[in-house]
Amino acid sequence: MSEKILDIKDLSIRYVTEEETVLAVNGISFSLDKGESIGLVGETGAGKTTTALGIMGLVPDPPGEITSGTIEFEGENLLEYPEKKMREIRGGKISMIFQDPMTSLNPVMPVGDQIREVVLLHNNVSKAEARSRAEEMLEQVGIPKERYDDYPHQFSGGMKQRVIIAIALACSPELLIADEPTTALDVTIQAQVLQLMKALRTQYQTSMILITHDLGVVAKICDKVAVVYAGQIIESGTLKDIYTNKQHPYTIGLFNSLPDIEHETSELKVIKGLVPDPSNLPKGCKFNPRCPYCTPECCENEVEMTALSDTHSVRCIHVGEFDREA
Amino acid sequence: MLKFIIKRLLWIIPVLFGVAIIVFTILYFSPGDPALQALGDNASPEAIEAFNKDMGLDGTYFDRLVRLVTGLCKGDLGKSYKTRTPVINELVTKFKVTLRISAYAIILGIILGIFFGIISALYQNSIWDTLSTGVALFGISMPMFWQGLMLILLFSVILNWLPPSGYGTWQQMIMPVVALGVNSSATIMRTTRSSMLEVMRQDYIRTAKAKGQKFSTIVIRHALHNAMIPIITVIGLQLSALLAGSIVTEVIFSISGVGRYLVDSMTARDYAAVQGCVILIAFVSAILNLIVDIIYTFIDPRMKTMYESAGVKLNPKKLAKAAEVSNG
Repeated sequence: MSEKILDIKDLSIRYVTEEETVLAVNGISFSLDKGESIGLVGETGAGKTTTALGIMGLVPDPPGEITSGTIEFEGENLLEYPEKKMREIRGGKISMIFQDPMTSLNPVMPVGDQIREVVLLHNNVSKAEARSRAEEMLEQVGIPKERYDDYPHQFSGGMKQRVIIAIALACSPELLIADEPTTALDVTIQAQVLQLMKALRTQYQTSMILITHDLGVVAKICDKVAVVYAGQIIESGTLKDIYTNKQHPYTIGLFNSLPDIEHETSELKVIKGLVPDPSNLPKGCKFNPRCPYCTPECCENEVEMTALSDTHSVRCIHVGEFDREA
Repeated sequence: MLKFIIKRLLWIIPVLFGVAIIVFTILYFSPGDPALQALGDNASPEAIEAFNKDMGLDGTYFDRLVRLVTGLCKGDLGKSYKTRTPVINELVTKFKVTLRISAYAIILGIILGIFFGIISALYQNSIWDTLSTGVALFGISMPMFWQGLMLILLFSVILNWLPPSGYGTWQQMIMPVVALGVNSSATIMRTTRSSMLEVMRQDYIRTAKAKGQKFSTIVIRHALHNAMIPIITVIGLQLSALLAGSIVTEVIFSISGVGRYLVDSMTARDYAAVQGCVILIAFVSAILNLIVDIIYTFIDPRMKTMYESAGVKLNPKKLAKAAEVSNG
């Protein structure tokens, strides 16, 4: 196996306000090898974005705080880094693509300058050199460099997302975190953007964390998948493990909820119930209130991850006891 | 852009004529005889007639209106009834004084307002925030004349540090500039604070952080630039408010500027001078508004695009709102 670039152990992040304490991330652990990509899949509010912000050191504090865990990046714990050192990591070695391209670019700054800014921050180059690098990045994401001096409002959503990708990749980061990079885009643009990300990733040998709730996107560009529920990873494995041998009732529900073109149905299958309120999580298995196979034991003790193979593990005490196709 | 500026400049002309006609009409119907006021109650009918003829006070309403408008076209604002010299000459000297005080006051207001606004937004709910918002609330609530009087009481009467009135030395400038500037700074500070709080929560600030940018650079280059859009609007409004405020301050501090001239002329029923002052103030306000609108385009590129496309006739304040909405 190649070297580990990122190793997250038992990361917990919570948001404390006067009214309540929100447990956003509860002991997430996963690791990533160089050049590998992992998909974090889960519903809205599962703690995927908070995990990403945790890695970037951008959890808003207050109200957010990291209560436990380590984030080892290239062998060093990022949580122990002082802010100044963290700034060198951000945008340089680890960069992030944000969810909403419409609001993620500064509306009063030319897009080219927004790319140049990150180049200037992490490379010891002159302004002119940084500009030519920024122009090169624009061309790479398929925007003519003549548009360097245009402003975000003169771009379409897909083009803005391309600019954001250009910003994220301008310094050839070791690790790219993409937080729902295609959610806000049209399906045709989605495909283009994904293809672009895939191509650039191969070119730069970048490892990637892809956060999404779109299982199709994951299948397209990830090597590994971790299903996140209520701030925990409930099942993780290779693409093959998860897509062909899913074990956790939640993962099964997630896949079943995808509409199937071959079977005509009048209703979409849904997972009954709602994502638990992260300020008031159920005892025991976090999925127990919605789980069709829930037994009294499920509601008592915390459920640990069980390894099914070298790559595949699942957080369920009833693994294999129920019919997976139901 | 040039087309937009020229168009706006041309618009000032009908505005000025409109203002002139309204002011003239109001003064025409206001009671009191300027001739009696100027010549005294015992003036002979012949003297009054001669005075009226000399000052252009004879004839019907329309005769006089036509005279006013033709005079305006030639840049003539009429003669002062009191001094019998052209109003325009006096206005120019007095306007320089008002302009200077107002300029210092708005600079003071902008510096204090933006600085404390940023501090209070960045350290929201801290002691500095509470202190600055508290002082700003005080600044907004206190009428300007009262502030002026209190300043005189404290620094001239009790401490004896500054001269209570007059214009010329820098010591004499301090109190009027402070009285005017503090008032504007309070409004500017509150706008800066709310605008900065809003902007700092935006996604592009997070993007800037994710680039590894320094906090101070994020605040100045990314946040303040965006926050300036509503702040510029308020500064523009404050400029007009300052001209109005100068009437009060100049009277309190006995400064011979346009504001005081206006008040004095009013009491003396020197209607030509009153007319001149009002038209000048209207003209200056229009120019200031235009300057503010031009500054907008430098701060917000979206505005420039709109001006350069067909949207010349649109109201820039509405555009600012539209831009804010589309901005999320």
